[in-house]
Amino acid sequence: MPVNLIFHPTDLIRILPEIILTVMGTLLMVLDPVLHRRSSNAFGHLSLAALLAALGGAIYACTQAGPAFGDMLIVDGFATFFRVLVIVVGILTILPSYRFLARQDAETSEYHALLLFSIAGQCLMSAANELIVIFIGLEISSIASYVLAGYLRDDKRANEAALKYFLLGSFATAFFLYGVALIYGSTGTITLTEVRAAITGQNAPSPVFVGLAAALMFVGLGFKVSAAPFQIWAPDVYQGAPTPVTAFLSAGPKAAAFAIFLRIFMTAFEPIGAGWEPLVWISALLSMTIGNFAALQQTNVKRMLAYSSIAHAGYVMVALTARSDGGTAAAMFYLAAYAFMNMGAFAVVSHLSGRGERYQSIDDFAGLAQKQPMTAAMLTIFMLSLIGVPLTGGFFGKFYIFRAALESHLVWLTVLGLLNSAVAAYYYLRILVMMYMHEPGEATAGVEPLSLGLRAALVLPALGTLFLGIFPTWILNFATRSSVLAK
Amino acid sequence: MNLLVVVLFLPLAGFLIALLVPRSSPQGSRVWALALSLATFVASLGLLYWFDRNSAGEQFTIDWPWIAAPEIHFTISANGVSLWLILLSTLLTPICVLISWRSIQNRVKEFYAFLILLEFGLIGVFLAQDLFLFYVFWEVSLVPMYFLIGIWGHERRIYAAVKFFLYTMAGSVLMLAAIIYLYVRAQTFNYPAILDMLSSGRLSFDRGEQLLLFLAFFLAFAIKVPLFPLHTWLPDAHVEAPSAGSVMLASVMLKMGTYGILHFCLPLFPSAARTCAPWIAVLAIIGIIYGALVAMVQPNMKKLVAYSSVSHLGFVVLGIFSFTQMGLDGAVYQMLNHGISTGALFAIVGLLYERRHSLEIADYGGVATTAPWLATTFLITTLASIGLPLLNNFVGEFLVLQGTALANYTWTVYASLGVILSACYMLWLYQRVFYGEASEEVRHHVFDLNLREWAAVVPLIVMMVWMGVYSQSFLPPVSRNTARILEQTQVNVPFRVELKRGAEVSRAR
Repeated sequence: MPVNLIFHPTDLIRILPEIILTVMGTLLMVLDPVLHRRSSNAFGHLSLAALLAALGGAIYACTQAGPAFGDMLIVDGFATFFRVLVIVVGILTILPSYRFLARQDAETSEYHALLLFSIAGQCLMSAANELIVIFIGLEISSIASYVLAGYLRDDKRANEAALKYFLLGSFATAFFLYGVALIYGSTGTITLTEVRAAITGQNAPSPVFVGLAAALMFVGLGFKVSAAPFQIWAPDVYQGAPTPVTAFLSAGPKAAAFAIFLRIFMTAFEPIGAGWEPLVWISALLSMTIGNFAALQQTNVKRMLAYSSIAHAGYVMVALTARSDGGTAAAMFYLAAYAFMNMGAFAVVSHLSGRGERYQSIDDFAGLAQKQPMTAAMLTIFMLSLIGVPLTGGFFGKFYIFRAALESHLVWLTVLGLLNSAVAAYYYLRILVMMYMHEPGEATAGVEPLSLGLRAALVLPALGTLFLGIFPTWILNFATRSSVLAK
Repeated sequence: MNLLVVVLFLPLAGFLIALLVPRSSPQGSRVWALALSLATFVASLGLLYWFDRNSAGEQFTIDWPWIAAPEIHFTISANGVSLWLILLSTLLTPICVLISWRSIQNRVKEFYAFLILLEFGLIGVFLAQDLFLFYVFWEVSLVPMYFLIGIWGHERRIYAAVKFFLYTMAGSVLMLAAIIYLYVRAQTFNYPAILDMLSSGRLSFDRGEQLLLFLAFFLAFAIKVPLFPLHTWLPDAHVEAPSAGSVMLASVMLKMGTYGILHFCLPLFPSAARTCAPWIAVLAIIGIIYGALVAMVQPNMKKLVAYSSVSHLGFVVLGIFSFTQMGLDGAVYQMLNHGISTGALFAIVGLLYERRHSLEIADYGGVATTAPWLATTFLITTLASIGLPLLNNFVGEFLVLQGTALANYTWTVYASLGVILSACYMLWLYQRVFYGEASEEVRHHVFDLNLREWAAVVPLIVMMVWMGVYSQSFLPPVSRNTARILEQTQVNVPFRVELKRGAEVSRAR
């Protein structure tokens, strides 16, 4: 045991992204009094630079793939995929935030510092190979996001969102921790591969303990990914949080939570897969159905996208139900596609919402196509991708997921899932109808021109969505190769 | 360079360039759209020229790898049926550009961009030989039509557009499930390869499996056709769409459904198709009679033509599920005929609307006195539509009825009612709109065809006569292809049916 604790210099390279993000986050807080009066954009630039550096770091770390700090962390293709994903989500969060924070007269330094900490936590989650490290990563990511959700202190809804997110989130983490404790108690180890060995080995612990531990972890992670029946918090939190933060919450922490979900259930609990498959099956179906049918009735865009995000979590759960490498790869691809299309959609919402986030209703999109054809065209791409129309990333994501499901003989789940996506078309179309088929209203008449940051925040995800839709091979190959590594 | 690539990608390139035309110059958008669609038409004529009419197989095949895993190829080719459907699309697009010249005045640039994108999607649907690629085109053609109806339509356009989108989407997701299932079983999306595996017995489905797969495909196609009782989106979409939208929808988009049935459903799932044939034929006959009866009582011209489409498409489905050579030939011919004559009907109704701003039959009367040429073209189209000999629909309907009679004589009797009813509602429509006393509004607003409108209508009239008088120009490649399809439907069929087919053929002789 003590031998493992001696660390090598390469270990530091393997956690390069976390180091960069943490150092920069701390630096931003220290610099706050110095830079504050000169320029509020400086913090944005600095954190953008930090994220780009971390992106480079994550890719460089991948060239030195291997375990770090004993077996606590593992840097492999799987980890790198999710690290890059959450860092890109971070970049796409910061770009629309410039304009958003200026419009709400909000402080910028803490915002960016918290964002960097949260992403650092998610990077750690992606690479964690041991339950305690997973827990630490989860906490770093979550605590920073609780604060971010309530960042606009004067906003009643934001306060409500933060409180709700914090209370329910703490419960969920506690559930997860109970699961970890049970596993440690019954197997004597917390490293995922060793847990797997212990479950299948000769002195296997009672299946009751292991099953209970898996169930508790499922509850905790189900909450983090907002899968039914643990989705109750999502609509309120998504609606109340500042729009760029909502975008971030729907893509970053969710992707990282799915990463550990995949790691834990495809590695440690893979041998008892037949036991948890029905649970995930039901959760997947419930998430898709509740998400889509509830979204049909929403008038607030953020709330609608919150329900839609529950539904999309359901699609990823379908991939988990498949319990195969193909399923893991499909989930990874889908999370990447979802990050692009959702970040883009939220960027438009943030652009349109105006001071004090007054304009959040679907009706406020009326006539956007006449006022700003480019913005409308971009949002059209994101909506079509969320519906799952071919030549967009969303379509290929769904396609891969349902292919994996059919290969695992989940015919009914596939049929119900696909029918669900036809239902979903209705509420996404409502936004297109508003933008293209109605005359401009108050919100669109006074819409400000696109700033540089916003333009980038729209064009990059749009290109990403189309790229994943037309040339998915590259990303998919990477996902397929690294899906094997999740074990 | 393969000509098929030109025909397919010219519209896509044209769409991208159309987006660059400045918004301030609507005339530029119109001219560009016209030039491009004419160029595409000329290219597709080249296709016709180099098409080997003596071969039943796929021609101009292109096979480019697209996505590595799962292996998806960009595979396109043309056959005796799709060739004509492509020509129909490329012929009607410039006509749609012409009839929209004046009637579309706002957001002109987007209108023509969407119209050209629609052409790209439609041609792609008829060419795709990779199931995945087919689904891509199937869905891609949906989006521009949704916008065409939703932005430039009439009063209840949004309702109609959303209904159109959701109906099609709901049907096609099950088709997607079936396509993925086929892939999981066959490990390829390549359609000819799958057929090959089926005929050599390397791939086979048990009864229940085949039935479910057939229904999943058929539902998507039946919604598009539309087969009774899945037709309710059609009248809404037709009435609310701008005339160009109605023309493209009726003439080409509905054929996506019947083409799909013919090209995919029959060869892939022959015994399920035969099992379901009586049920589907009954639905088709109900559609023929119901569509005609409902058309008769419509006060709105577009709605009347829309319901007449339900009736006419019933003939196509009936012909296909007669499983006879004549029935299939007639079905394909009827697909083309319906494209030409109903396209012309919608176009001329659109011209009337442009003048009088009303679609209500009661607002017209006496148009023949103020616009004699317009009345004449409409008359020829009406006569074609009701199946007068020497005009195109006669040939198609005759073949369908003859083919059906070989399969089941009772079906023919009921289906023939549709022919009679179509004469009733169309001639009655003609009488109410064109004869009688011309009201004040009609006399002041309804003037005769101008040169642009002549250019739009005349090609269609010429085609009606040509296809009615000399069907030999069109039918041989069709027959070769349908004969091959019939042959493919023999695979996996129980002996009993085989016997019956033999009897039919001998009786046909």
